[in-house]
Amino acid sequence: MANTQEKIAKLFPQVTVSQGNAGIELTLADQSRWHDLASALRHELGFDFLVTIAGMDWKEEGLGCVYYMVASDRHECLSVKVTATGDREKPYIQSVFDLWDIATIFEREVYDYFGIIFVNNPDMRRLFLNIDWKGYPLRKDYDADPATNPISIESERQTDFTESWVEKDGKIVKEIKRIFQPDDFVINIGPQHPATHGVLRFRTALDGEIIKKIDVYLGYIHRGVEKICEEDTYPQTLHFMDRLDYFSGQIYHHGLCMLYEEAAGIQVNKRIEVIRVLMDELSRIASHCLFIGTYCMDLGATTMLFYALRVREQILDIFEKTCGARMTFNYACIGGVMQDLHPDFVHDVHALLDVLPGNIKEYNTLFTGNVIARDRMEGVGVLTREDAISWAVSGPNGRASGWACDVRKNFPYAVYDEVDFDEIILHEGDAMARFKARILEMEQSARIIAQLIDNIPEGDYLVKVPKMLKIPAGHWFKMVEGCRGTFGIYLESDGGTIPYRLKLAPPCLPAAAVVDHITEGEKIADLITIGGSMDYIVPDIDR
Amino acid sequence: MEVTTKGMPYEAWKDNEYIEKLVQELRDNGTNVVVGSLDKLINWGRSNSIWPLTFATSCCGIEFVSLGAARYDMARFGWEVARASPRQADFMMVAGTIVHRMVPVFRRLYDQLAEPKYVIACGSCAISGGPFKKSYCVAMGIEDIVPVDVFVPGCPPRPEAMIYGIMQLSRKIKVEKFFGGVNRKKSQEEFLASHPIQETTHE
Ligand code: SF4
Repeated sequence: MANTQEKIAKLFPQVTVSQGNAGIELTLADQSRWHDLASALRHELGFDFLVTIAGMDWKEEGLGCVYYMVASDRHECLSVKVTATGDREKPYIQSVFDLWDIATIFEREVYDYFGIIFVNNPDMRRLFLNIDWKGYPLRKDYDADPATNPISIESERQTDFTESWVEKDGKIVKEIKRIFQPDDFVINIGPQHPATHGVLRFRTALDGEIIKKIDVYLGYIHRGVEKICEEDTYPQTLHFMDRLDYFSGQIYHHGLCMLYEEAAGIQVNKRIEVIRVLMDELSRIASHCLFIGTYCMDLGATTMLFYALRVREQILDIFEKTCGARMTFNYACIGGVMQDLHPDFVHDVHALLDVLPGNIKEYNTLFTGNVIARDRMEGVGVLTREDAISWAVSGPNGRASGWACDVRKNFPYAVYDEVDFDEIILHEGDAMARFKARILEMEQSARIIAQLIDNIPEGDYLVKVPKMLKIPAGHWFKMVEGCRGTFGIYLESDGGTIPYRLKLAPPCLPAAAVVDHITEGEKIADLITIGGSMDYIVPDIDR
Repeated sequence: MEVTTKGMPYEAWKDNEYIEKLVQELRDNGTNVVVGSLDKLINWGRSNSIWPLTFATSCCGIEFVSLGAARYDMARFGWEVARASPRQADFMMVAGTIVHRMVPVFRRLYDQLAEPKYVIACGSCAISGGPFKKSYCVAMGIEDIVPVDVFVPGCPPRPEAMIYGIMQLSRKIKVEKFFGGVNRKKSQEEFLASHPIQETTHE
């Protein structure tokens, strides 16, 4: 780590280096050197995984971004704070779309929220909001009056053009570009389509039955969670975690609670950590079960849904007894968990562990080895390791491409460094590998649960926390391993009882964004196979 | 006059006053509340095979999936034929948040449903915006966009609640001849007339 620090100080003397909770933090006041710095970080220092770009509005200090990145080979995290040039009318920052593929989408998101222009980014459209949306909602001075952007039942304006900003003679000028070529044959899939897993829309350009390009059109379930969080107190923000990726609710809760606890200096005991990890792993099994069910249904094997949901229902029963809900649990809270484990918990979990291996075997007999399934999935939608990292496709999808990206191993939290489990790494990178990775992960989750379930330590399930939680001024970053990959949370506090900015970096946005890249040259009939195998949850993408 | 559906004793309903009041009101207004045997037969068939449109935008949709699976098994009631095309569906179970960008799509799907059509607002998001009440981009309830027949509260509603909600709908369909028929159609037309889609052309 000291090594990285020295190298940066030598290459870029004007950069301020400091130490944050997640790793080294760099501050760059002048964005005109940003591309050079980013290029050095990417190529010379090996920071190849861009976790998120958090847009920021610091009021008088201007607008800007905080970039979080990880060096995938040595598990080092680094952040760079870049301030935009220009007034609030037209702030701009150099784009890094050529260094990390995923930056194209991340920068579009920042543009949508804050109106920061990324110079040279080839596609500077809004990402989630309507083309004609007025204002930038995450700015602190946004006018939230519903009359500014009234709800309309008229169809939204569509366009085949996009904008790009380039530097010409010292000025930033706009260029209009085409998304599709004039003679492209474009068909529209979604937002109301049974196999897009929610309200996602693909504008697909075809050449015969070969896919030429997909424009992933998002925002059909953009609920503005990050903005609402800026109006709620810390405990009130928690429940939104259940409603992003509703299968990883427990895990996201766990992550946000850990972040708040770290920031507020609250220590939780071992019992709480074990309970949280047990819940995380149970929900991982439940989530992968639902994936198996719905994915097989997409491929035409409807019966699998019934087999897979059987186990899920059993897990939901366990959750229901303890948490009191089947889906939106709201279980982990700041300083512990809402209520103690139900007396039947240990017994029920044992019953689950007893039936799980038989069920997994059944899935494999019924589906994984099936000739039709293999023909449809093997070699389809191949994602290489380099592309997976560059597109930030983490979780089981990334591991199916040979990238060891498990946060539980790389940045262990709670009790993950005390339990034995294998990180599932496959190398094919196709739809089949992504499917298998999830089945194998269920076994590993069961292993973790088996180690913990009989040794739940004694103690309180909730430690003492102040009634009105205040977090000192500063910023924090935390990553957890959701069911679908790395979930990052960035918090900036101004010392009050509500977050100044809470940025959520979901794993599903990269998973959906990469669909364009991996379907290129594939047949249209395989689109559903590929999209389904990425297992994205649309409310997690759109937030 | 007791209105109920198959396998559900009349006393088990929680809101019988409401349906009785409706029937009474219609009687007072001189609507003929007599059902012929042919009507009965048709309504019996219709109310036991209402097909939903698969329309799930978020969390509530997952509970709807559970409803279709073996444990809650909505096939018992004849609702299991979830259609992907609005042209083939009888009702729309609006399960999930409806946001700004989705509104026109949602309205178009509703317009594409074949008559007679029904809407169930399922979950607090569809009813009022729910947890996202403060959001800058969520529709605060779908009632302003389409006429709603049944509301199912919850976040998400349990599958049992959804079953109860759809049973309410099938009971309404059963007596549609009395107080639906003319009246329902009229209120729907009034609603649509007051919420028109303007013809606009985009360049
Ligand atoms: S009502 Fe609750 S569970 Fe249903 S879509 Fe809204 S937030 Fe999700």
